[in-house]
Amino acid sequence: MTAIQTKSVFSVSERGYYGQFGGAYIPEMLYPNVEELRQNYLTITASAEFQAAYEDLLRDYVGRPTPLYLAQRLSEKYNTTIYLKREDLCHTGAHKVNNTVGQILLAKRLNKHKIVAETGAGQHGVATATVCALMGMECIIYMGEIDIKRQAPNVARMKMLGAEVRPAMSGSKTLKDATNEAMRHWINHPTNTHYIIGSVVGPHPYPDMVARFQSVISEEIKKQLLAKTGTELPDYVIACVGGGSNAAGAFYHFLDDLSVKLIAAEAGGHGVLSGLSAATTFLGKPGVLHGSRSILMQTEDGQVVEPHSISAGLDYPGIGPLHAHLWDAGRAEFYAITDDEALVSAMELSKLEGIIPALETAHALSVLPYLKAAPNETIVINLSGRGDKDLETYMKHL
Amino acid sequence: MNRIVELFQKQPERNLNVYFTAGFPNLADTRLILRVLQEAGADLVEIGMPYSDPVADGETIQDSNQQALAAGMSVKLLFEQLRGMRPAIKLPVLLMGYINPVMQFGIENFCKSCQEVGIDGLILPDMPFDVYVEDYKAIFDRYGLLNIFLITPQTSEARIRQIDERSDGFIYMVSSASVTGSQTGVTHDMEAYFARVNAMPLRNPRLIGFGIKDRATFNQACQHASGAIIGSAFIRVLAESQDLEKDITSFVQNIK
Ligand SMILES: Cc1ncc(COP(=O)(O)O)c(C=O)c1O
Repeated sequence: MTAIQTKSVFSVSERGYYGQFGGAYIPEMLYPNVEELRQNYLTITASAEFQAAYEDLLRDYVGRPTPLYLAQRLSEKYNTTIYLKREDLCHTGAHKVNNTVGQILLAKRLNKHKIVAETGAGQHGVATATVCALMGMECIIYMGEIDIKRQAPNVARMKMLGAEVRPAMSGSKTLKDATNEAMRHWINHPTNTHYIIGSVVGPHPYPDMVARFQSVISEEIKKQLLAKTGTELPDYVIACVGGGSNAAGAFYHFLDDLSVKLIAAEAGGHGVLSGLSAATTFLGKPGVLHGSRSILMQTEDGQVVEPHSISAGLDYPGIGPLHAHLWDAGRAEFYAITDDEALVSAMELSKLEGIIPALETAHALSVLPYLKAAPNETIVINLSGRGDKDLETYMKHL
Repeated sequence: MNRIVELFQKQPERNLNVYFTAGFPNLADTRLILRVLQEAGADLVEIGMPYSDPVADGETIQDSNQQALAAGMSVKLLFEQLRGMRPAIKLPVLLMGYINPVMQFGIENFCKSCQEVGIDGLILPDMPFDVYVEDYKAIFDRYGLLNIFLITPQTSEARIRQIDERSDGFIYMVSSASVTGSQTGVTHDMEAYFARVNAMPLRNPRLIGFGIKDRATFNQACQHASGAIIGSAFIRVLAESQDLEKDITSFVQNIK
């Protein structure tokens, strides 16, 4: 993974900022652990020994590289050229495992024996429980009470993998609150425990570290596109954004290729102005949540607003600081996709290509009708996960 | 002179700092609680500005935050409630809270309002030390506000020294690795940590917080510091009280 060393104008600064966003806004109780991570993550992940272990697991355990698939019937429908980056084919069914494999290897090298994590859709929880089983580590997953109900298959998977799933009962009882509880757990267990954050959020160095682990997605896209089309640059890269880890991975090696349009699909819920939405860049302003300064949905008084999305993985009132910066700098374009649009896209991909996407991923597909791309333009959509976990929701709308 | 500094000069020992959440148990209780705490013998008071996502707090304080927000508490309303508290309130008064509501109010505007109502210090646990030093300290200084930093058993000696050099008032010595509301009391491990900090030695006095809940734990803490901070235990009293004046008075008098 030589590309991990790349320095871009969109790279994080020495102090942990992307433009005006980022930093480490954490109580002193978390400082020693976060500082330990900050001081070590680059050295450890750059070591040959680590990279060999990481690459082996990505290849033999996760199943990488994931295919870049030319979706012909979908392309015909939108009269353009659409490739799907098949992260849904990763072991456990989503991109999340790229990050958990990296972080568990890092945790081991920091002599941590216990893992805590938050999860929304349960994909990150499953990916964390999976690597904990693989490494024989204790695993505690916090999940919002509402998400436990709407993503039941993933709760069962986590339990089968040996993790303890603890309900987050406060606030909106979704991803934000699960993250609060995971942070409180880390405060209460400062030694031996590593917190595996599931997206490009949290205090520095998490957003940068998670983006690096996910950057394998765009590293592969470049190589695969070159082999298939003779050029490594597409015209568009589209990904959904909850916290933004799959998008960060899909954008990473294209950030400085300004001809490539980067498109982020946020969860519009019932509509941006409906009061039931998670479209952070449309509804938020700069603020601090979960340890970093970013764009945040909040009241005038600075209280975090409870978001809404049909998709548990996008039901979050913020976005990672890298994405806030890409938005602020105009490098990425943001769309707010409604619950209904996402459902239509999920049905469409299933019927046209025989691929049932995750509800989160469906939001990225919903950008297609808006894009009006030319037939000779190339679009890469990051197919972040598969839809098995969402069948109950899909069945209601069949 | 800043009231916090003055207090520790006059009374270096057995200072009782009581925390309560603004707007709890009822929206308009702030001034009453302040007055009764002073009359009952508290030495400092910390007023919590409620926040939707208090990650460093346990259930008791989380619940009080949610209840206060649901009742309509805000930073703006809190300043309105505190306007005119001086000179009747003579105690040092600190505001404690998370950084986001303060940022949205505007740092300068916030500090100015603090000065106008007579606030002496701030405790903002998720404000990074480097951001404070580089961006905020000059503003806090201009409005006579002391920023109080937390240290924990895991805080390195070098960092404790940095904090001690760059802050005034007191240092908030978190007794154990936990969110607020832990029930541990004062253990052997903690005593070793207090002794280690006391031996450094530091410019600033320390108050011990987290896990202090009654006379016994207060007395233990006072053997290792200039006093202690009680939060969750006091919130529990407020939550159950039918007669705030009576219950606050007996709570404080039982401790001191
Ligand atoms: C399949 C899938 N895609 C996307 C997301 C959103 O997360 P992120 O924005 O970090 O990629 C999730 C989160 O649970 C997910 O499961």
